[in-house]
Amino acid sequence: MSAPKTLYDKIWDAHVADEAEDGTCLLYIDRHLVHEVTSPQAFEGLRMAGRTVRAPEKTIAVPDHNVPTTLDRADPATMTEDSRIQVEALDKNAKEFGVHYYPVSDVRQGIVHIVGPEQGWTLPGMTVVCGDSHTATHGAFGALAHGIGTSEVEHVLATQTLIQKKSKNMKVEITGSLRPGVTAKDITMNVIGKTGTAGGTGFVIEYCGQAIEELSMEGRMTVCNMAIEGGARAGLIAPDQKTFDYCNGRPNAPKGAEWDAALENWKTLFTDEGAHFDEVITIKGEDIAPSVTWGTSPEDVLPIDALVPSPSDFTGGKVAAVERALAYMGLEAGQKLTDVKIDTVFIGSCTNGRIEDLRAAAGVLKGQKIKDGMRAMVVPGSGLVRAQAEEEGLAQIFKDAGFEWRMAGCSMCLAMNPDQLKPEERCAATSNRNFEGRQGRGGRTHLVSPVMAAAAAVTGKLTDIRSFEGAA
Amino acid sequence: MDKFTNVSGVAAPMPLVNIDTDMIIPKQFLKTIKRSGLGVNLFDEMRYNADGSEIADFVLNQPAYRNAEIIVAGENFGCGSSREHAPWALKDFGVSVVISESFADIFYNNCFKNGILPIMLPKEAVETLMDDATKGENARISVDLENQTVSATDGTEFAFEVDAFKKHCLLNGLDDIGLTYQKIDAIDAFEKAQAEKTPWL
Repeated sequence: MSAPKTLYDKIWDAHVADEAEDGTCLLYIDRHLVHEVTSPQAFEGLRMAGRTVRAPEKTIAVPDHNVPTTLDRADPATMTEDSRIQVEALDKNAKEFGVHYYPVSDVRQGIVHIVGPEQGWTLPGMTVVCGDSHTATHGAFGALAHGIGTSEVEHVLATQTLIQKKSKNMKVEITGSLRPGVTAKDITMNVIGKTGTAGGTGFVIEYCGQAIEELSMEGRMTVCNMAIEGGARAGLIAPDQKTFDYCNGRPNAPKGAEWDAALENWKTLFTDEGAHFDEVITIKGEDIAPSVTWGTSPEDVLPIDALVPSPSDFTGGKVAAVERALAYMGLEAGQKLTDVKIDTVFIGSCTNGRIEDLRAAAGVLKGQKIKDGMRAMVVPGSGLVRAQAEEEGLAQIFKDAGFEWRMAGCSMCLAMNPDQLKPEERCAATSNRNFEGRQGRGGRTHLVSPVMAAAAAVTGKLTDIRSFEGAA
Repeated sequence: MDKFTNVSGVAAPMPLVNIDTDMIIPKQFLKTIKRSGLGVNLFDEMRYNADGSEIADFVLNQPAYRNAEIIVAGENFGCGSSREHAPWALKDFGVSVVISESFADIFYNNCFKNGILPIMLPKEAVETLMDDATKGENARISVDLENQTVSATDGTEFAFEVDAFKKHCLLNGLDDIGLTYQKIDAIDAFEKAQAEKTPWL
């Protein structure tokens, strides 16, 4: 009998096309997702070398990072010259190399990590890569999914493989159930708070435990999405009936007899009893509180009812980093997080731009108005999420509350398009990075869940969703 | 890719931990469809005021470090976004070695594709080299990839580890895709077997 394997071991072993003596492998890639910002140089490289895309049928392109999200975006004047050139380059490359493509004008366009699962491109047991660090999102399906650089994008386009060495296995178990007001976002932020942003470096994380099993597929995507913020190469969750139900009937999922065969295969995708993990972290689901970041690294996370920490609470290089972060964020040690005033709210991104996120936020906002002077926007993760939210009446709730209702894209998560913070503007964001300048030079970002973002929009401050009552 | 040659030069000290790729090259410079010309925007928001003037006390604006070829950095250098624009900007500026206690995974791999050597050393070694780096032009750090050593100004030598395949590619300026094409039969065979066994993939 062979040695027990982790889920990661199984997917890895099933994709090694070649292994050199020193353990360097050619890992076969089943799905390659491509967007406009990290691909032009890769396609250009192919063209210069007279190479082709080896498997265009496994390559899916969609513009998302740099597209406007305003309602009038069909007008080229809504884009700067360099943005327009970049999106046009993807149009041209997708056509020339014959890959699947969802242009801006297509209702299925959206953030690449939302479009992939939505269209059934992402399936259990696959290897998925994209020139974007949040590719980890697809791990929610029990797929090995990670971000790559542009040179690797070119390598995958040309050879459908990546040169890789195997990572170590880490298990992150969330036991028990979450308390009311606590979401998948709070789980993933708390894991990073515990491991630090480098704690996952060199590892592939498998998330498991009752709280993970109880999450919907969309919640699981939120958890895996931020695996990279903890430094891990990828995050994984073993597929179960929820996964199969999610995939069933999607446009590019297998059908008929092929579906049945796939299902048999997917049911073998779990970590064997006794398989070895190099590191194990356990967190009690009941101990996780609605959380918020206070600094400029995703590891700077605390429960919403905590106080802003002091540099003296830390050691080593983190002392100077915290001093810098507090100055940048305009916060004082000892200040209550719930006293921090907010002037901007951003709901969207590959972390929290799916329909359930919008339902949760709209649930808080129903019958409410955003604080005077607040700038609040919802940017749905895809055109289909947007359409569904309109059908369910969520869009109207957002608009009635005073939110801008935008078109799909990455938007203010990375602020490449005009959706940016001005210096010292302070944003409660459902996105994934609170780095200096991330949402605009000098802009201050607090990462939160969709319900916490919605509550902050109403009160004008970081708000504990557990005690939020809204306006009378 | 050019062959990596030994480097001996001034090293810029950047002791801040968790220097992310948004800091190395902010998003507004990701709109380019080229690999070149990003050096002028390396560390843009730390290096320039909003009006474009230089921030005098930023390390790479100080006379001693304007031509630094090495950066000695705090731990977890290169975390965050996968943008290869970060190593492109470093290389275009003239940096070909970064020394730190640890690097983020994607950035680390991206460096090797662009003729940059990221060197991981233990805390004490990085501290010694960081001290050295603060001496500006009075200190020169030497890096020998073939022998896998870094030498401080006083001659203290630190050995470092590097993956043998990555080292080989860097020393010889090899193109990964060309190397993989030599194994195309293995990829063909894998694809054929997979199409039979798991045709939905």
